[in-house]
Amino acid sequence: MTTTPTNDKLIEVRDLRTYFYLYEGVVKAVDGVSFEIRQGRSLGVIGESGCGKSVTAQSIMRIAPEPPAKHVGGEILLHLGRDGNGEVVDMLKLDPHGDRIRALRWKEIAMIFQEPMTSFSPLFTIGNQIGEAIQLHLPGLSKKQVRERTIDLLGRVGIPQPKRLIDAYPHQLSGGMRQRAMIAMALSCNPRLLIADEPTTALDVTIEAQILELIATLQQEFNMALMYISHDLAVVSEMSDEIMVMYLGSVMEQAETGEIFNNPLHPYTQALWRSIPRIEGGQDRLVPISGTLPSPYNLPKGCPFYTRCEHRMPGICDAARPPMIEVSPNHKVSCFLYKQE
Amino acid sequence: MLAYIARRIVTLIPILFLISIVSFIVIELPPGDWVTFQIESLRMSGIELGQDEADRLTRQYGLDKPLHERYLRWIENMLFYGNLGWSFQWNRPVNDLLAERIPLTMAISIASLLLSWAIAIPIGIYSATHQYSVWDYIFTFIGFIGLATPGFLVALVLAWLIFTTTGFSPLGLFSTQYVDAPWSWEKLVDMLKHLVLPLFIIGLSSTGTTIRVMRANLLDELKKQYVITARAKGLSETKLLLKYPVRMAINPIVSTVGWILPGLVSGEVLVSIVLSIQTTGPLLLRAVLAQDMYLAGSIVMILSTLTVIGTLLSDILLAALDPRIRYGGVKK
Ligand SMILES: Nc1ncnc2c1ncn2[C@@H]1O[C@H](COP(=O)(O)OP(=O)(O)O)[C@@H](O)[C@H]1O
Ligand SMILES: [Mg+2]
Repeated sequence: MTTTPTNDKLIEVRDLRTYFYLYEGVVKAVDGVSFEIRQGRSLGVIGESGCGKSVTAQSIMRIAPEPPAKHVGGEILLHLGRDGNGEVVDMLKLDPHGDRIRALRWKEIAMIFQEPMTSFSPLFTIGNQIGEAIQLHLPGLSKKQVRERTIDLLGRVGIPQPKRLIDAYPHQLSGGMRQRAMIAMALSCNPRLLIADEPTTALDVTIEAQILELIATLQQEFNMALMYISHDLAVVSEMSDEIMVMYLGSVMEQAETGEIFNNPLHPYTQALWRSIPRIEGGQDRLVPISGTLPSPYNLPKGCPFYTRCEHRMPGICDAARPPMIEVSPNHKVSCFLYKQE
Repeated sequence: MLAYIARRIVTLIPILFLISIVSFIVIELPPGDWVTFQIESLRMSGIELGQDEADRLTRQYGLDKPLHERYLRWIENMLFYGNLGWSFQWNRPVNDLLAERIPLTMAISIASLLLSWAIAIPIGIYSATHQYSVWDYIFTFIGFIGLATPGFLVALVLAWLIFTTTGFSPLGLFSTQYVDAPWSWEKLVDMLKHLVLPLFIIGLSSTGTTIRVMRANLLDELKKQYVITARAKGLSETKLLLKYPVRMAINPIVSTVGWILPGLVSGEVLVSIVLSIQTTGPLLLRAVLAQDMYLAGSIVMILSTLTVIGTLLSDILLAALDPRIRYGGVKK
């Protein structure tokens, strides 16, 4: 750490649009999402189920199934090189089956998934599946070195007896252990960005706490950026420097974690915050968000939250998309209630 | 793995015992026996048999003994002397009759199975990975035709077509000049030429089914998270496809290996008759019609046994392919 990088950008997503062309119609799963993640920083993505969090993550790695998915617009700029002065590639311009993108996947960006039950193939040992990634991206290593590296990784994610469990099949491990193995696999090639897509949703609470702590520790140790996706506010706030709130394929609000908690601006963010049970405040009642969710095949022309918003202004909010405005440095919101300073 | 195989073999014993009883009862169920069938045939041709003559025949064939005694003798001979009994109809030992046909039956079923897999699995993979493409529709269409057309009809039409266009008669196993000739290279080639059509036809319907099953299984597997994980790791599409989802999608097909023999006997009898192939199917049909009970019973018994063994083999194969089966279920 002698020089500070002139440019510490890792990934810039600009106006990403990923649509699914289905028989029933077009689902605009991600419809104009922009954000950036700097090296070593963490971004939390929050929103109700179905709002496009996973599709955003899959788009970054280009692993959304194409077809039916199609990236109809935007760019995903990946800045290569640790010093930030490397080449910049637009992931959306690469052939999704090509050599270039396959070399970037897992090496630059790795991902852990929601379902520890199914993210490993049941037919091969976890050692085989982790080793496969290492061999693919670090081709110089011998079989023995790959195995040693795998054992070392399994130890670092807290798997007991890694020398033995490297030869275990996924079904022989518990859900928590499997998720640890998944984390080991994600870290196996030293990625610069780790995307965690609701990695603890399928686990019980005590295991969840351990996994969260593990990810936070390893993020420091491996000096990675983190994109942490969850529908659980408490979890996201614990894991992230910044938070992005999504609703029906769009970003509603984005700010540093402390700022967005103390000063939520968007009516949707405010509603989400009210729905957290607060024991200490005496109010342990969940306030559900009222109103109907529009059909995903036919999103309204105006603000997507219009149908459920307490502060909606007919004639304004349903007429056009509110632009994203920066109300204070690094605090952006997409709502007609606010004006650019 | 060895313990698993041993456990499976032990469970075979009661199953085989049940099969033997069922085989025997099924054969005994229809009213009448070999002697009444004989008397009836003679009467048809105008000869009346006296009652004592009929009794003499019944005693001679041992048909006057009670059912369980006949069953025990049959089993005893089978287990201790490898003797399956006497075919009244052919006036020859059942062993000889079956020795001529079982190897051919098995060879045809295994070869047609391998052939249909070799065709169906790649097509199923293509169809699943190119869902709703033109070729997917074409293969689906052909597969359904294969499923819906009765094999004997295809056999008749194709045999006729081949004969009228090439002058080659695809019936039987050998051309007439080779039937009694000693084995030679030419005779082998001649036999293989005759086997192409039955293999093709017998494989046809199972090919259609296997394509459907492979396509559906693979489509299911392709949506699974582990496929997305493998893709995210940077694996190439081909390597990923063959190592992960295809391996999973094949397992249910492997588990049907045990069923090929009964299928061959029931569904393909007509094909074999039409093409004059000496498999066990036509033999069983004639034996049942003539109440040639030891022959019929033995065929049912042997085919069932082979089926059970086939199922065992497919289970062992599955265990070798899938660690979850090998290690006895999902541990929590
Ligand atoms: N493979 C797919 N095929 C069709 N539609 C999909 C697919 N994946 C996601 N979608 C749709 O895209 C929208 C966003 O989904 P997703 O990103 O998974 O939501 P979440 O925020 O819960 O992760 C949903 O409406 C979902 O139905
Ligand atoms: Mg999701």
